Amino acid sequence: MSIKTVNIPTPSLTGFTLPINAAAGALLGYLVGTAKHNPLPGVVLGALFAAALAFVLIRFAPSRAAGRIAGAVITGVLGAVLSGVAGLVFGGIVGLVLSWLAYWLHSSDYRASVPVYATKGDVLWHNTFRLICGLIFFFLIAPIVVVIPLSFNAEDFFTFTPAMLALDPEGYSLKHYQDFLTNPDWLRPLKNSFIIAPFATIISVSLGTLAAIGLSQSHVPGRRAIMAVLISPMIVPLIISATGMFFFYSRLGVFLEDTLHFSKDLSGYIKVILAHAVLGIPFVIITVTATLVGFDRSLTRAAANMGAGPVRTFFKVQMPLILPGVISGGLFAFITSFDEVVVVLFVGSAVQKTLPWQMFIGLREQISPTILAVATILVAISIALLATLEMLRRRSERLRGMSPT
Amino acid sequence: MKTTHLLLAASALAMSAGAASALDLTLVSWGGAYQQSQLKAYAEPYMAMHPDVNIIWDESSAEAVAKLRAMNEAGNLTWDLVDVTVSDSMRLCDEGLARPIDGATELAPAPDGTSADDDFGATRVNECFVPQIVYSTTFGYRTDLVGDTPPTSVCDVFDLAKYPGKRSLQKRPIDNVEWALYCDGVANDDIYDVLSTDEGVARAFAKLDTIKDQVVWWTAGAETPQLLADGEVVMGSTFNGRLFSAIAEQNQPIAMLWDRQSFDIDGWIVPAGLSAEKEAAVMDFLMFATDTQRLADQAKYISYGPARASSAPLVGKHEVLGIDMAPHMPTDPANATNVQIYDYGWWADHRDDIDAKFQAWLAQ
Repeated sequence: MSIKTVNIPTPSLTGFTLPINAAAGALLGYLVGTAKHNPLPGVVLGALFAAALAFVLIRFAPSRAAGRIAGAVITGVLGAVLSGVAGLVFGGIVGLVLSWLAYWLHSSDYRASVPVYATKGDVLWHNTFRLICGLIFFFLIAPIVVVIPLSFNAEDFFTFTPAMLALDPEGYSLKHYQDFLTNPDWLRPLKNSFIIAPFATIISVSLGTLAAIGLSQSHVPGRRAIMAVLISPMIVPLIISATGMFFFYSRLGVFLEDTLHFSKDLSGYIKVILAHAVLGIPFVIITVTATLVGFDRSLTRAAANMGAGPVRTFFKVQMPLILPGVISGGLFAFITSFDEVVVVLFVGSAVQKTLPWQMFIGLREQISPTILAVATILVAISIALLATLEMLRRRSERLRGMSPT
Repeated sequence: MKTTHLLLAASALAMSAGAASALDLTLVSWGGAYQQSQLKAYAEPYMAMHPDVNIIWDESSAEAVAKLRAMNEAGNLTWDLVDVTVSDSMRLCDEGLARPIDGATELAPAPDGTSADDDFGATRVNECFVPQIVYSTTFGYRTDLVGDTPPTSVCDVFDLAKYPGKRSLQKRPIDNVEWALYCDGVANDDIYDVLSTDEGVARAFAKLDTIKDQVVWWTAGAETPQLLADGEVVMGSTFNGRLFSAIAEQNQPIAMLWDRQSFDIDGWIVPAGLSAEKEAAVMDFLMFATDTQRLADQAKYISYGPARASSAPLVGKHEVLGIDMAPHMPTDPANATNVQIYDYGWWADHRDDIDAKFQAWLAQ
């Protein structure tokens, strides 16, 4: 038996690499040209430039690393000549992209991850598929990413100013972050969110876990009906829940204040926390129920057999095994409360103003970029939270010897 | 162990919430630069004098009527003092949701002894309403997008040939139909007579039709300054204070078009049914916040005219920029050469009808 190596021929320079590079250059040229109100010359110049760059690099710079640096430098200098610092940065990036594309095509790397027997159509589809995936990713992430540079705007508008586009340091500032961290209009809602969300989460997790465990017992009558009722806050449009809650919790508030003599503020917090707990419970029930499907019932019987009471069995046997479901349910409940704006607008009073409420007001009445600074901070927190969870999950998998690698 | 932690945390929450409630007054206003001016001119000095009072803001004035009705039905009043427009104050006063205020005993007289009612004059349109400021809805335009001949008349808004591009208008019939008829050649005094007929309303919409596809409709006062700063619209209507802020404080290439500015008044109402303790605190604050000096102080932060005649001579310079505020007031004689007199009484009678027609016209 002998192993045959297949030599993939180097693709034709003029018939393959240059036209594709020119097309990419035309697209980038169109974007730059549109920004300068001249799309058509942009397309033509972009295509010519990209083709010329690919030709020069492949002919005269066989070393890929050197060629890519050269490509970035050439385009960067050209950009700098045309429009200063911003041109240098954008040009450098464009140069890196175009030179990467040229080498990627010319060295046949584009077929590196398809089998050697794949037809041209297969290869084309494989790379188109990757492009589509990239575009979907862009579509999902772009609206979030665009917020981040705008939050450093030196002006009080949601606008990329000419100074920002020219990467002039004058056009950027941290004043919106400073405003967020010093302005009581923002600090009070921040504090409220961190009071309300954890308490609502604790209540949702306790009640939701209990409900899920109860409903997973086969002898409970009317399980499906009860489940439907418990899940309903997630399904009923929020504005309808909120209207009902407004009247229900108003009466509760009157009772708490007049009969139990709670202060108005405390009863306000209790109302909002309970309302948010109701919204969080369905998430906990769903995740815990899903985890319980994989739970081996014979373990509880074994525990009972060895003399453990139901409570002990729950905390020592069942709880540790369903903990991942409980934690992710709790995370959803926390985010639900932390993000919630409709119900708190109805149930809360200004004393209980939460962060999303303040952002909503800021957007409606002020359009202040402080909202963008807050959004950036929240995005960073969410990323950190998800990354931590993922690390914990991998760690526990490793400990249990279930490492995917 | 876990339960003790929980209990500790719960009692900590209870205490932190309880400690904050020395005496909380919830003031309802419009947010933005306007609320900031109220904070600086009224609330901060008052809290400095009364450390036991804590003022909390709720930016819900846009829903004041609906929310006060709902609170009244649910028996759960969480607002203590509400900033509303004249027309909202009329509805709230008629429905008994706002408390009548006696100008002789519950409001401060002018420094020269003139009674509050006389000092406020025509701006105190009903017994529940304590006016603060006179503002106007007027146009601003981008100085760099209108060529060499900047607009001088409100009718330039309707002139797409001379000033091509989008314009922003408030998403409501008030002001817009009056401007439309004025620019269609109706004399100032006849506008409401013409609008009282179906043909007149149709005529106003026909005039608005000429620019309809170039209009961006706004609902929040901050939208027009943002659209102008973006260059998305060439000109747009909004409250004069928002334009002042964009021009003088944010240095945007925008200029004022004062022609046919439409005056309106903003003021406080006290909700009916407050507890005796709250009511006493609110009335004390109200007397302080609407005296001659406080109303004049507010003009240091925003270009709205004080509602008291005795405050006008006290209007000084901008707190930060140090520029004279008087020329930026809508009531300044140079700005008020051609004013649209907004007829509250007429609109109170016709609002529902014309609102419905306006919505139908928008949807066409």
